[in-house]
Amino acid sequence: MGLLSDPNRRRALISLLTRLNAPICVVCYMAGVAWFMGLAFEPFTLRTYMSENAMGSTMVEERFPAGERALGTGREFSAHKKKAGGMPVDWLVKTMQSRGLEVFTQRFSRRLPFPDEDKERYMVKGTNVYGILRAPRAPRTEALVLSAPCSPGDDNNQAVGVLLGLAQYFRNQVFWAKDIIFLVNEHDLIGMQAWLEGYHHTNTTGMDWSPLQGRGGSIQAALSLELSSDVVTSLDLVLEGLNGQLPNLDLANLFYAFCQKIGVLCTTQGKLQRNDWDSVSGYSHAVQTMMLMVMKQASGRPWGDHGLFLRYHIEAATIKGINSFRQYKTDATTIGRLLEGMYRKLNNLLERLHQSYFFYLMPSLSHFVSIGYYMPAFGLLALILLLRMSSPGVLSVLTPLVISHLTGVALYTLPIHFQEIAVEHFPVSETEAVVLTAIAVYTAGLALPHNTHRLLTGRGTENGWKVLKLVAVLYLAVLLGCTALINFSLGFILALTLVPVAAFVTPDVPKALSAFIMVILSPACTLLFSVFLFQELQEMPVSFLDGWMLYLSVISQGILDHALYGSLVYPLVALLVYPCWLLFWNILFWK
Amino acid sequence: MMPVPSSVPQPKDDFQEELVIRPLHSGDIYASFQFRTLWETDFMRGNKVSHYRLFPKSLGQVISKFSVRELHISFTQGYWRTMQWGQPFLPSPPGAELWVWFQDSVTDVDGTWKELTNVLSGIFCASLNFIDSTNTVQPSASFKPLGIGNVTDHRFLRYATLPREIVCTENLTPWKKLLPCGSKAGLAVLLKSEKLFHSSFHSQAVHIRPVCQDWQCKTTSWELRQTLNVVFDLHTPGQGKLEWSLFKMFSRTLTEACPLASSSKIYIDITDDPQGEQFEVSPATHLLSQAMVLGDRRTFSVYDLTQQITFGTVRSLNLLIRWKSRDMLRPLLHAERYVAGYGLQTGEIHTLMYNNHPYRSFPVLLLDSVPWYLRLYIHTLTVTSKGKDNKPSYIHYQPSKDRVRPHLLEMLVQLPPNSVTEVTVQFERALLKWTEYTPDPNHGFYVGSSVISSLVPSIVAMDTNSTREQPLFSSFFPCKEESSYFMRVYTEPLLVNLPTPDFSMPYNVICLTCTVVAVGYGSLYNLLTRSFQIEEPSPGLAKRIANIIRKMRGVPPL
Repeated sequence: MGLLSDPNRRRALISLLTRLNAPICVVCYMAGVAWFMGLAFEPFTLRTYMSENAMGSTMVEERFPAGERALGTGREFSAHKKKAGGMPVDWLVKTMQSRGLEVFTQRFSRRLPFPDEDKERYMVKGTNVYGILRAPRAPRTEALVLSAPCSPGDDNNQAVGVLLGLAQYFRNQVFWAKDIIFLVNEHDLIGMQAWLEGYHHTNTTGMDWSPLQGRGGSIQAALSLELSSDVVTSLDLVLEGLNGQLPNLDLANLFYAFCQKIGVLCTTQGKLQRNDWDSVSGYSHAVQTMMLMVMKQASGRPWGDHGLFLRYHIEAATIKGINSFRQYKTDATTIGRLLEGMYRKLNNLLERLHQSYFFYLMPSLSHFVSIGYYMPAFGLLALILLLRMSSPGVLSVLTPLVISHLTGVALYTLPIHFQEIAVEHFPVSETEAVVLTAIAVYTAGLALPHNTHRLLTGRGTENGWKVLKLVAVLYLAVLLGCTALINFSLGFILALTLVPVAAFVTPDVPKALSAFIMVILSPACTLLFSVFLFQELQEMPVSFLDGWMLYLSVISQGILDHALYGSLVYPLVALLVYPCWLLFWNILFWK
Repeated sequence: MMPVPSSVPQPKDDFQEELVIRPLHSGDIYASFQFRTLWETDFMRGNKVSHYRLFPKSLGQVISKFSVRELHISFTQGYWRTMQWGQPFLPSPPGAELWVWFQDSVTDVDGTWKELTNVLSGIFCASLNFIDSTNTVQPSASFKPLGIGNVTDHRFLRYATLPREIVCTENLTPWKKLLPCGSKAGLAVLLKSEKLFHSSFHSQAVHIRPVCQDWQCKTTSWELRQTLNVVFDLHTPGQGKLEWSLFKMFSRTLTEACPLASSSKIYIDITDDPQGEQFEVSPATHLLSQAMVLGDRRTFSVYDLTQQITFGTVRSLNLLIRWKSRDMLRPLLHAERYVAGYGLQTGEIHTLMYNNHPYRSFPVLLLDSVPWYLRLYIHTLTVTSKGKDNKPSYIHYQPSKDRVRPHLLEMLVQLPPNSVTEVTVQFERALLKWTEYTPDPNHGFYVGSSVISSLVPSIVAMDTNSTREQPLFSSFFPCKEESSYFMRVYTEPLLVNLPTPDFSMPYNVICLTCTVVAVGYGSLYNLLTRSFQIEEPSPGLAKRIANIIRKMRGVPPL
């Protein structure tokens, strides 16, 4: 208390803060980055542990025997899929019925706002087929979901085979206390979105779907299975969902526990876990894994079919079978046993999964960093913004604020609305038109607002920029703080690039150099670097041209995700982050 | 044993037992036990009834003490799958259901109801004591007395359900003890809990009501009907013939009827295949019986257990049936219900009612009893059929009172032919007080089934292009005597999540707020309210004394 109430010491503290402001900011930034990098260091992290008692201590015995038969069913499915040229609805209905399930179908259709060139779709029409295994003596209040996508080509046939095999095996067991829904969804996420909206009778994205006929009550947990080969070397767990939401950590723990028990290699972000944490390569491996998770989470995209469940407060994850050149192989029977074990434990749940963490990062499957540990890294960066707002009139900043935000609104709305005009006048496709319009609006924004205050108020006052900076820095602090609470990864990545800009930009710094740095650190360039870094982390480096193409497709995917599934990253960047950055740009060109 | 003196006129009582077995369309098998005790006595008008023979004393005392006119209680584990199984003989909702009509002489109905539920809770080893004013309603139209009597003032009716109630052996044992033969003889020997609870559906019930003694109805007698319905899952992969026998279902065979029973019969529903193409029943019986059941004319093979010949030479009866299963049914009336929406603030309850009759519409009574912690926005109530607004002809709505009584919504809705009628109403989830949450762990909060009661046109009356041989005079007017039948359908209960705090959080919050208040607010408050002045520090007492001494000595002070 004495520190603040004693005027002498207070003055000393303030003078220390003002005198050493710049070095303190640099130290904070360094410390923030160092803290973040330290999170991947194994001694600093916690081992994962099962918090939910119902899943932890009870023993289950896995007996699923029919892997080979399941693969046979998968081949049959593949043949019918080829014949039908899409979802073999009739065959699936008949097969599920013969396995003793209550079978229902759901038709859906959706016109995308502009053609998706990655997946080659525009008008999407499809059918979801799902069968409900009714638990004996259960009153239809709770359900679990196992889903497999019906993908084009030869992908995921085995997943459907294993799903049907499990359905048949589960049907003959007596211990189910929750209904189990076996879902085969067409057009991956769009089908899943239609099914979930149908199940919960909501319509957030304007899709057309036929209402569902059968339900199993409130869904407690869901797993999505992706399997494209008869044998796998490892199973990969995908957790990142829409808007960076993650499922309860206990679901990841459950998967890890069963992989250990059954002896299956398991990975997260496609990275095996290593034991040599004390070596440089071991540490860099952990950093790589964690960074991949951060990048994926920051993207706000659903990284598997499970991603859309999270909005409905259903814990969900995707399990992907990976077949690499490793010697050690796992067959379908083992995968079936693993899933059986997981479902039996989920079946034992006496309450919704809520015991463990919802906010975490994973440097490996067996270790996690909880919110309490990673927030200081962000806190150190955010502190810089608080330290930099030292100057006090407010009205003069209104014009740049409004104009920046109008630019943001233009960036948000124009690309989709102007695609037709763009296509007419330029030799580009719709997708390119949308992306290029977005980039054009973005670039135009750089030219537009920095002279506005002079146009309206005559000339820039000396103190005007200080006030503007105060507002901008506060704005950024609040914006990043809120983002980091919901989606740490996105908040942190934005903080890494925007905080230095916010901290050091004044009208007095050398123009050309600062402008260059600012552009480099702008949200669009951050995205570009992220694309390259992501490829690098995945050990699939790309050339600059490929990277640029990837960058364009990422932008289009971002806009599509917003339109189709209600992802919030694109509106966040266009309506809030980009205008905020424009304010700093404005300060740079104040004089 | 003392012989009962023959001079005292004995009240006449009678006991019948019956088992109906029906192979279901889905390939499952439905067994329905009914035990009926009739007693020509009068519990009311101050009669002190003390001598009990077949009628269980515990229930007799309940009737006289609480002036009960009619009592219906059911315990059900599982949900009756109307789409697969068709109609049950006696419908019941998942969990426990209790509805009671009191005599009009009862003054304090609520008090009596409270006591009665506690007593029944003891008799049936169930959690009926959890029935209180927050889950009790007085339906105005859905539950009419089933016995004789002319009081229909719903002030004497109480209805409650406990959807969370789990039914198990501890409920079965007291139920079996009410039978005159217990589980020692007769059909009740089949009721072994290890098999009964290894099924897809289990429901046991007790119904007490006054009935006419004879056709003139001058005097009444009391009827106690104990029913037990169970569906066994006989799923085998593939579509081969299914096989079933008494031993396979109950792990027992029958050797005798209950000696106290006046009638003891087994009925096997063979309607779907009178020619014996799909069914094989062994041992075969030539006794056939026809009856109208739920609007349909059914044929049954009958086995009379009171006849020695039924048991054959091995002195044991083990019925065996083989049959084929077929596709899903389209029952004339069925319903489903679900919660729509996401998030923990609001939601919407959807109730779908299907009328699958090709050309007739019929009215249904919908009863919804929703706990107070779901705050229904009744202005958002919509009823739509075939995309058009369907105005209910009768609505009885009683709003809830927080922590006192639930919402009650009763509606009379006309279901157009071949349609789905959707009833939706939005709700807001209430924030509970922290002691009101069920103890951890909990699945969520349950909302009991809605009840749909209706007079459904019978299947027999639907049969216009009659192919079977019938006298011409009988088939001109399509409406027959049994043109419609009463049917009650229960929807599934709902599981709703309320905003639940993390209960370890208060500790963290207390720690955090204390710290924030102490450090942050405290110092800020200090800075704002105190004025700071630089003051010469006043010397301490020791120093002052030392200075006085120094002054006296003439030395400069410290």
